[in-house]
Formats: sequence, C-alpha cells, structure tokens
Amino acid sequence: MTARIGVITFPGSLDDHDALRAIRQCGAEAVPLWHGSDSLDDVSAVILPGGFSYGDYLRCGAIARFAPIMSEVITRAGAGLPVLGICNGFQVLCEAHLLPGALIRNDVQIFTCRDQKLIVENDRTAWTNQFSAGQEITIVLKNGEGRYVADADTLDRLEGEGQVVFRYASSDLNPNGSYRDIAGVSNERGNVVGLMPHPEHNVDPLTSPTLDGVGFFASVLAQLQAV
Amino acid sequence: MARVVVDVMPKPEILDPQGKAVTGALQRLGFDGLTVRQGKRFEIEVDGDVTEDRLEEIRKAADTLLANTVIESFTVREETVADQAANR
Repeated sequence: MTARIGVITFPGSLDDHDALRAIRQCGAEAVPLWHGSDSLDDVSAVILPGGFSYGDYLRCGAIARFAPIMSEVITRAGAGLPVLGICNGFQVLCEAHLLPGALIRNDVQIFTCRDQKLIVENDRTAWTNQFSAGQEITIVLKNGEGRYVADADTLDRLEGEGQVVFRYASSDLNPNGSYRDIAGVSNERGNVVGLMPHPEHNVDPLTSPTLDGVGFFASVLAQLQAV
Repeated sequence: MARVVVDVMPKPEILDPQGKAVTGALQRLGFDGLTVRQGKRFEIEVDGDVTEDRLEEIRKAADTLLANTVIESFTVREETVADQAANR
C-alpha cells in the first residue's frame, strides 16, 4: 500500500504545494491537510511546510502552534508519528515544544537565499536514515529568522544525545548565526525533525542543482515500511 | 478601563540582532554611549477590576502565548492612573 503523507496548510503557508509535489514525486500519496481541522486524516507521516504562517506576527510560528490540527500533531508525535518541520514548520515545532530551542532573526539582518551545504550529523532519524553520518548534502535555504538558539545546557544535551541532525558545513558559511552551526534538530526519539533548509525544493533536476532532498522522503518511506 | 502591561524582553544570554542594529544606528546618528535591547510591550484592556486572580491569568497568557520563555522573559503589571496620565 502506498504511504499517505500529509502536508498542513496554515494561513500564510508558502511551500505546501511544493512539499505535496515532492511527496508524489518520491512515490507516496500526498494528502493536503487544513490547519482548522482537528483530524490528521489517517496519514502515516506529516510535514509542516515553509512560509509565513499568520504573517509571522508575534513570533514566527507562535500563532500557528495553536491551530486546531496541532493538538492531534502533538498527540501523535508523542506516539511516534514521523513529523518534519521545514523552515516555518521548524519554527512551529519549536513553538509547540515538540523540538527544543527557538529561531530568531538572522545575525546578518537580511533575508538569505542560497544553495547551502549541510553535514548530516545523525543518520538514524525517521527523515535521515537513507543518508550516512558525515555526508555533505546541498539544500536550498531561504529565511530571515533562521538563527537557531538555545541555552548552553540544552545545546550540550542535544549534541550529547545525537539530536543535532544537520549542521551548516564548515566548508560553506553559517548563513544566519545559528549557535554551533545547527541547521536542524530532532526530538529524543528521532521521529520529529526540523530544519531551516528546504528539501522539498531539491527533488527535481529542472529547478535544483542537487537532488539531495529526495533522501528525506526516501528515509520516511523506508521508516514506514520497517514498522 | 483598567489596563495591564506585559513587557517581553529577550533573555540576556540570547543575542538581540534588532537591538544591536538600533544601537549601531544611534551611534551613527551621534547618540553615544547608548546600548539598546529591543523587546515588545503589550497593553491589555481588562474588563472589570484588576485582581490578583486576573493578574495570575494574564501571567499564564503571557507564558502561553505572548512570550517564548525559551528565549524571552516577561513582566506583568497593572498600569496606574498616574502611568496613563504620564503617557498621554
């Protein structure tokens, strides 16, 4: 049976259709989900896409975090549902405390858009198991508030527990001043992952210099088949 | 109408890029020796009297939504008539 992967559209989501298309392109059934629903419609994984939910008012992701569908996301994430937050979706997951830390304005003060080299630090999560630890991948990055911050104790714990999933490659630059070059993190169990770069934009040779985003979708499909 | 003010500030250990940019702009304008940290101020009109229970409820609202306590701290206070007159 084809895996059903949902993408939640919030008011102001921007990359929901790219995420849906990437899911289809990677061989799964893409299920559009609406923020105002209280059901995840029996999907077996869910993606929170990029964009500017609620116009980034108050703080990025702070209002979307209380959307009706988020109660179900939080409950099922606790039971092991694979959840991927991309850019604004990462911000929503941090605001929902499904992931540690927070994202604030880039140190460079400007919106940054570039092909970004990343190092995969953890290849055991639901969304990275088809990569290998230490692998360098290139994924497009585009954000104004992508600087990952947390207190030193939290950062030490994340590094100790392997919850730092991606770092900005030292051969490239740290595009936003993220602490310890962190580009993405996971929860303790590894089913919830968030990152600022956009894997859904790196699945098609027509529009992207690499196809490194495919590995995210291949990973979750492998994870779902293994269960 | 009674008013409660919630001030939200970035925690000292979290760098404040906006405050830093404002500090730089002030220096360029000749305002020397001023270091800015930028936060947010919420003015909340409250139906009825501001009781301790009401303040506790607003503290909970601030903790839930107005501030992200991972990176920010907040204070909650009732704005007095004198405060309101001074701000006019």
